Amino acid sequence: MNINPAETTALLKSLATELGAKLGELARKDPLIVGIHTGGVWVAGHLHQALGIVEPLGALNINFYRDDFSQSGLHPQVSASELPFAIDDRHIVLVDDVLHTGRTVRAALNEIFDYGRPASVLLVTLVDRGGRELPIQVDVVGRKLSLTPGQQIKLTGPEPLALEFQDC
Amino acid sequence: MVRPQFSQLDEAGRLRHFLTTEGLCRETLTDILDTAESFAAVGKRAVKKVPLLRGKTVVNLFFEPSTRTLTTFELAAKRLSADVMNINLRRSATVKGESLLDTLRTLEAMHCDMFVVRHASSGAAHFIARNVAPHISVMNGGDGRHAHPSQALIDVFTLRRHKPDFSKLRVAIVGDIAHSRVARSQINTLLTLGVREVRIVAPRTLLPPVPEALGAKVCLSLEEGLRDVDAVMMLRIQHERIQGPLLPSIHEYFQCYGLTEKKLAVARPDAIVMHPGPLNRGVEIDSEVADGPRSVILQQVSHGIAIRMAVMSMILGRRNGVEEPG
Repeated sequence: MNINPAETTALLKSLATELGAKLGELARKDPLIVGIHTGGVWVAGHLHQALGIVEPLGALNINFYRDDFSQSGLHPQVSASELPFAIDDRHIVLVDDVLHTGRTVRAALNEIFDYGRPASVLLVTLVDRGGRELPIQVDVVGRKLSLTPGQQIKLTGPEPLALEFQDC
Repeated sequence: MVRPQFSQLDEAGRLRHFLTTEGLCRETLTDILDTAESFAAVGKRAVKKVPLLRGKTVVNLFFEPSTRTLTTFELAAKRLSADVMNINLRRSATVKGESLLDTLRTLEAMHCDMFVVRHASSGAAHFIARNVAPHISVMNGGDGRHAHPSQALIDVFTLRRHKPDFSKLRVAIVGDIAHSRVARSQINTLLTLGVREVRIVAPRTLLPPVPEALGAKVCLSLEEGLRDVDAVMMLRIQHERIQGPLLPSIHEYFQCYGLTEKKLAVARPDAIVMHPGPLNRGVEIDSEVADGPRSVILQQVSHGIAIRMAVMSMILGRRNGVEEPG
């Protein structure tokens, strides 16, 4: 059931096309691409290249914004957040690999707002596996899957990118 | 009475308290330094705060005067969104005759999560860690001549940013080794992290009775000690801890052991100069060096916040459960 590198590449390609169309439809000019560590940054890197964005790629480490800190503590060895641009009044494309509970996206939004006030944020994920626990919606998605709570999906990379399923 | 072995680590080997660098393995020290790198980036943002310790209360229990250490611990806790109280016990209840343990019980009753302790007596932070309620963690902000672990981590963090490959480095620690809690923690941390050579440089009177026991190379002459070093860690001459005729005069000390550009010439050309502060200009260090291009003294101050944020969040965020999927 895994999605192999060739299929993943095709998925990324269609994701970029859809994102381009969505940005055009919403008239979001000069967007900034921001990925969530680690898988989201890989996907964001592809979109950044495919859309020919001039400004550098942003990366968020949402470690310091997680809501499960008091249960699970810090997760070491994740690189620091890096938004090498001013985000005030800019359109942001927030990218993650897998959308599940929505908690990671909630944390990422909080962190983004500590850097400034963007004009808008669009959410793009490679996979939406369902199971939302928060009112978070995805704007552009590569593939929707229905997984049981016990199933895990993981993006492996950075080269080549592929999606692996695991039953826990 | 035989006391059970007291450890600053919990059963899983994670930091429960932070009392000394002794006994911490390379992985733990590296984890702290890596985490501090992420926090250093937070300090450069418009909003220099993250919500990690929201709802936690940190109490700075300072039995000894301090500006820089107190301020950086306070800022670190505040940037983690904790509530912070600074209690200066030199002019507080202890002066009114309350015992230390009663003071601790009182603060425990206020549901605090962490005490940062600075005390003039060696072992004070250990004593408090042994005697506090189980839900409270203790960080050592300097105890007597014993240890100042967060300062040592600041120094190695600063060193690592300039010279990441420790296996090639020669580091000289210069000054009042005998009275310095900073020196003990520095030597221990540098050796654990695999620095090639650690030297201690001081006159005989400012060395402990068996200086070799510290595990560093002993140099009585500054010139010998500085030759080919990659980094110099200067120590403050602690007037308040030095009793009796250990130093003939400040002037003579400066002549023999004060760091000047001229004496620094035997070090490697890219050597960096550190000092934990506060500086005694013209005693252990010349202004020309302190304010010169090789000085990283002010970087050490900024790094102090990141290191303390890292340790505080690692202690208060020990994993209890399983990772929640995103």
